[in-house]
Amino acid sequence: MSAPGISKRRGLTYRMREALSGYAFVIIWIVGFAVFTLIPLGQTLFYSLNQVTVSATGINLQFVEWQNYTRALFTDPTFVELLIEYAVETLFSVPIILIFSLIIALFLNLDFKFKGVFRTIFFLPVVITSGPVIQELVSQGAATVPGFAFSDTITNFLAELPTYLSNPIEYLLTSFILILWFSGVQILIYLSSLQKIDPSIYEAAAIDGASAWESFWKITLPSLSTTTIVVAIYTIITLSHFSENKVIKYISGQTFAVGGGIGYSSAMSFLYFAVLILLLALVYLVLNYRASRQYG
Amino acid sequence: MTTKSDLTSSVNRLGKSIRDLPNRATGFSMHRDTIKGFLFGNRTGYGLVFNVILYVLLIAIGFVYLYPLLFMFVTSLKSPADLLNPMVQWIPTEFYSGNYVKAFQVLDYPAKLASSVLISFVPSIFQTIVCSLVGYGLARYRFWGKRLIFVLIMATFIIPAQNTVIPQMLTYRDYGLLGNIFSLILPAAMGQGFKSAIFILIFYQTFLALPKVLEEAARLDGASNLQIFLRVALPAAIPSYIIAIIFSTVWYWNETYLTVIFLEGGIESLPMQLSKFVQAYENLYPPGTVNIFDRLNEAVKLSGTFLNILPLLIMYFILQKWFVESVERTGIAGE
Repeated sequence: MSAPGISKRRGLTYRMREALSGYAFVIIWIVGFAVFTLIPLGQTLFYSLNQVTVSATGINLQFVEWQNYTRALFTDPTFVELLIEYAVETLFSVPIILIFSLIIALFLNLDFKFKGVFRTIFFLPVVITSGPVIQELVSQGAATVPGFAFSDTITNFLAELPTYLSNPIEYLLTSFILILWFSGVQILIYLSSLQKIDPSIYEAAAIDGASAWESFWKITLPSLSTTTIVVAIYTIITLSHFSENKVIKYISGQTFAVGGGIGYSSAMSFLYFAVLILLLALVYLVLNYRASRQYG
Repeated sequence: MTTKSDLTSSVNRLGKSIRDLPNRATGFSMHRDTIKGFLFGNRTGYGLVFNVILYVLLIAIGFVYLYPLLFMFVTSLKSPADLLNPMVQWIPTEFYSGNYVKAFQVLDYPAKLASSVLISFVPSIFQTIVCSLVGYGLARYRFWGKRLIFVLIMATFIIPAQNTVIPQMLTYRDYGLLGNIFSLILPAAMGQGFKSAIFILIFYQTFLALPKVLEEAARLDGASNLQIFLRVALPAAIPSYIIAIIFSTVWYWNETYLTVIFLEGGIESLPMQLSKFVQAYENLYPPGTVNIFDRLNEAVKLSGTFLNILPLLIMYFILQKWFVESVERTGIAGE
């Protein structure tokens, strides 16, 4: 028994023991992160500064400093174009997906028969979306409602725009349904957030004479502002990681191409990563600004 | 001249007729109110007009949404003659199963199906177990660096696979792991599996929401940390385990970028075989030796695609409740 007044403890304090137990649970992730993410990330960065050739026994490195980066940005005609197209496509797709998922979630939040059937239908694409399936559907022209995407006025209008604007718009029109297919998870997130809004707020507003339209804009949307940020970030990341993404396909193509090589594709993947971060930051700032403005 | 008694009696008659007024709508206005309620909504329902608009809109959107699938299914049933026939759009003249037979062979279906199941399921189990451990540790213990770990977890979610995959592949090559399923199992078993960050967050939210009193009671009874986890926390989080396993299986099944890089030449999955469909078809039916009806056409390709998603569809329809209610159950939408 320790007498009062003895302040020095032998051994570990409770806090330290708790921390050790916590570390015990988490240590496997930390090790895995170091081995499978951090080190390869550093190695990719290192490769991007080299010209890498793969031989049967190992790899040969030749230090070229920033050459891969300058080549990707300034010499390679397709990469920058693909990057801009990717950025524009993503910035167009995100609002479409957000608005569509919100509308469907609002519908599904109502009370009607066969609600479960519709929920199942709208979530289905999440389960079947894979690279080859999507590629097959796009090449067969099944990704859009026919007749809508190819009208004359639209093709004439698109011919006027520069390539990096007209290609994304054309992509949006021809793959419209596929863009909607990316909204499965988002619908569910919005749905569960909608259900968390307290119904008594709506009742209070109705007593004060608010119409359904007003209560939507003043109650529902502000309550969903945090969710919207989460959904937007998730959407951008899903779109950017999808294996049919143009930039990703170009990078993989260049990895083993004669003129490319691992160093070059590593540099491109870091540039792509930078653009991804920029898009995320942009969308986050825009939505955060709107959310904070609403609360004054 | 109206006398006082005249006035009194007319007031009395007026009062009586007012008293005799029914206090509900009768006659014509009763029917009018019922009809209005039936059409535009009353206290018990939304009204016919609203319901009709709602169903029409939802069915229209649902049709547009499912249009690719319907197109795929219908086209895959068309015989080659039907494909060439411009009059046949949505209803093939006969139920032609030849496309499926060819696709079945080209996809090497039984073998690839088995290996797909293996590739998807085994890493998922490892990933689920490890993510639950990590989520539990983050939820229940305080230690320095928790913030940092959260940031790093989000980083693993954001970093594209291209930035880490090449050194991994070279390392696997050195260890002879390319084409081996362990190239997928190892990262998953260390928490770096495909989309692990989401599962860690799911388990974190789940364990955070469990009441602490049960664990404290177990601790008072002398249980060790591991025992508390296995006996108290884990059974309470079974729904999250189920959700994590099925989502992880589906995502691993559909992931082609990593599987192509790591597994090419070794164990191969069904989606990988689909991406090589054209070459595989030409291997089985070399171009010079087949007549025009056996050449590769869209119907065969689409039936191959349909066979590809068929296991997933079956799994989805059996487990749809778990898929669709997953977001609510795990509370990942933030409370």
